[in-house]
Parts: sequence; structure tokens; C-alpha cells
Amino acid sequence: MIKISGISKWYSSFQVLTDCSTEVAKGEVVVVCGPSGSGKSTLIKCVNGLEPFQQGTITVDGVSVGDPKTDLPKLRARIGMVFQNFELFPHMTVTQNLTLAQTKVLGRGREEALAKGMALLERVGLKAHAAKFPGNLSGGQQQRVAIARALCMDPIAMLFDEPTSALDPEMINEVLDVMVQLAQEGMTMMVVTHEMGFARRVADRVIFMDAGKIVEDTSKSEFFGTPRSERAQLFLSKILGH
Amino acid sequence: MFGSFDFDVIERSWRYLFFDGMAFTLRLTLFAMVGGIVFGTLLAMMRLSSVKPLAWIAGVYVNTLRSIPLVLVIFWFYFLVPYIGAWVLRSDTPIRVGAFASSLLTFVMFEACYYCEIMRAGIQSIPRGQVWAGYALGLNYWQSMGHVVLPQAFRNMLPVLLTQTIVLFQDVSLVYVLSITDFVGAASKVAERDGRLVEMYSFVAVVYFVACLLLSQSVRRLQARIAIVR
Repeated sequence: MIKISGISKWYSSFQVLTDCSTEVAKGEVVVVCGPSGSGKSTLIKCVNGLEPFQQGTITVDGVSVGDPKTDLPKLRARIGMVFQNFELFPHMTVTQNLTLAQTKVLGRGREEALAKGMALLERVGLKAHAAKFPGNLSGGQQQRVAIARALCMDPIAMLFDEPTSALDPEMINEVLDVMVQLAQEGMTMMVVTHEMGFARRVADRVIFMDAGKIVEDTSKSEFFGTPRSERAQLFLSKILGH
Repeated sequence: MFGSFDFDVIERSWRYLFFDGMAFTLRLTLFAMVGGIVFGTLLAMMRLSSVKPLAWIAGVYVNTLRSIPLVLVIFWFYFLVPYIGAWVLRSDTPIRVGAFASSLLTFVMFEACYYCEIMRAGIQSIPRGQVWAGYALGLNYWQSMGHVVLPQAFRNMLPVLLTQTIVLFQDVSLVYVLSITDFVGAASKVAERDGRLVEMYSFVAVVYFVACLLLSQSVRRLQARIAIVR
């Protein structure tokens, strides 16, 4: 489904990604972790072309992301993305947030888009908040709306960029629950997160990144059992230590 | 001390001052504001474009026009536009352009530079993540501008845009150098006809003061009403 091969990226002379390669199969859930500044968020933003990269290729469902001939908006419409800071559109109601891209990008009718939006809003447990503006919702609620907004596009895969990092602790679980449910339904997911509990529950594979390189790319049991690299061992001992 | 002043001149001429003069001033202000904001927003998008030649052209345009006094631009346009029009339309004689059309064009071109800088700040105030979110949903450049970035930028900048419009409202009085009957032009005609310069110009000053005061107060009220909840 997602094939990343030999990606390198520079910000002027500073190299943020070095020769990263991995693959996410259909229905697979891959968790990407690592210390901050290791390039996890940059890598995931390369997957739908939000960040350009200078070397290597990424294909999603057979379409090359870096190819200048690729219709990027069309490809992005098929890949859902959830951001650390939710990024709901603050000047629109929840309903408008859910229907905008459906009508403008997919060309769905008002009624159809609304029905789809409401169904997904109900699924994330927020049907009562349809008419509100994002600013009147809690962080956890906003992130659940953001997930619903991405799902409205019937994506073939979902990218999550630290979806719970900006949340207060008591709101993390309501978001993770939605993500776990999604994973169990067979959604293809690439998730940048520090939530190791989530990784343990639903991940098929864990990728560990450090200093712009993929250091480990192993099955979940292997990663939590005996990570090979010293760097990953140190990282795990730090975030699982207490 | 006001014994020798004759404020009756205002009573005798107010219909002319407002229905002819002020009507022109308000009409020109309104059209120039709309045109200036539209053109200014396009200039701002050009200045922020990743296409370097576009950014360069917009930058040169804005910086050039902003460093020339408005009176000069008004003069230039008034005398040049007929010839430019003739050149564009391949006509042998200069095109007749009315005073209103000529001054409207001038103000749109000139004020667009200021509106451009305001909108540029507004667009830059929108977090990058908002643009990413739009793109991630499959919106293209124009859609993400039109539905995500500009509505927020416009709302954030509305008080500044309207403050600039108050400046424009005052600047419009400069068309008086073309002998156009705007509010100031009308007042000066009456003033010279009746020899009541002090009275008329004092009255004009008071009207401008009151109008601008009311406008800036309504801007403040509007600002509180349209703020985006975050």
C-alpha cells in the first residue's frame, strides 16, 4: 500500500532524513516512534507530499508521490491525515469542517456529504456537537472530529502525526479508543506516537527512528522483547521506565 | 470673536455639499475599497508565491507605488490614462476617461499596495498546519486559499483593513487637485464663491472628524463581534 524507498531530505544543508526505507501493507498498522527531532513527523508528511523530499521514491497504492506529473490533490484526497494540533478550520462549524472537502474535492452533493459526516460524527460519539465551532470543543473532542473529517473522504490509508501529543492526559484515551477501533476494522495506518500502550495493543510493526534514520523496523513482539539497537533500548527504558 | 463669521453659508449650501460632494466621496471610497482589497489580496498571494517571478513583480509594484506621493499618482493617471487607453485600443486620439473612472482606477491601484501588505500579514498569521490540513484533504491551492486561509486572514485583519479604509476616505479628498467635486472640492467652490473660506473649511474638518470617529468606533465594536473562537 505505502512503499517508502531510500528517502533523503535536506533543509538547505541540514539533512533531516537519511535513506529511509519501509513498507506498510494493506490493513497493517505501523507505529513510528523515536526521540523528538528524529524525523518521524517529517517522514510521515513526505508520504502524502506535504513535505517535499530530494532523494528516493514513495508510492501510495502504486502512485508515485514525488513525481511532478502526479496529481497530488487527487492522491491526498485518498489518504487521511490527522495532525498533532487537530487543525480543524476554526471559522467553520463541525458540520462544515466535515463536508467541505467532500463537496469541493469529491463532488458529493450537500445531502450525501452531510449524511456521511453525521454518520462518522456519531461514530466518534460527537453527534450532539455538530453545530458547534471547534473552539468550543475540548482538545480530545476536536481530535475526534479531525479523525471523522479524514474518514469522510473514504481513505485507503490513514496517517497520524502525534495525534495525542497536544492533549491533556485525561483526553488521550478517548482519541486512542477511536484509533484502536479503526485499526481493528482493518484500516491501513501509519502512526507517529509515543503511546507505547497503543503500539502494544494494535501495532503490527514498530519503526524506531533516530537522527533521521530508521534504526529498527521490526515486529511488535520483537521490538518490545529485545530491541537490537542500543539507541532503541535506551529510548524504551526512558519512556517505559515509570 | 465670531462676530464677523457667517455660518449661514453652511445652511445655504449643505444640500450641494452632501448630495453632490459627499456622495461622490463615499462612492469613490466604497468602490476603491472593494477593488483595492480584491487586487491587494491578489498581490499578497503573488508576493507569497513560491513562483519567484510572480513574487518579484508584486514586490516591485508595491514598493514603487508606495514610495510615490499619492497626489503625483493621481495627476499621472489623470493625464496618462487617456493616452495609455489610446495605445491599448490602437486609437489615434486619446480616449476620454471620466473623472470618476480615472480617480477610481488610481485609488484601486494605489490602495491595493497597502491592502496587499495587510493581507500579506494576515495570510502569514495563519498557522502552516491549517494549510497542511487543507492540502491533506485534497484541496488544491485555490481551494485552500479560498476556503481555509483567506476567510481566516480576512477576519483577523478586518479591523486593520477598515482602518486603512478610513485613511482612504480621507485620501479621496486629494482628487480635488483635478477639480473634481468631492466633498472638499464642493466645499472649496462654495467657499470661494461666497468668500467664506474659514467657515467652510472648519465645517469640512468637523464633518471629517465626526465621520472618522464614528467609523473607528464601529470598527472596534465589529472587532469584538467577529473574533474567531480558538
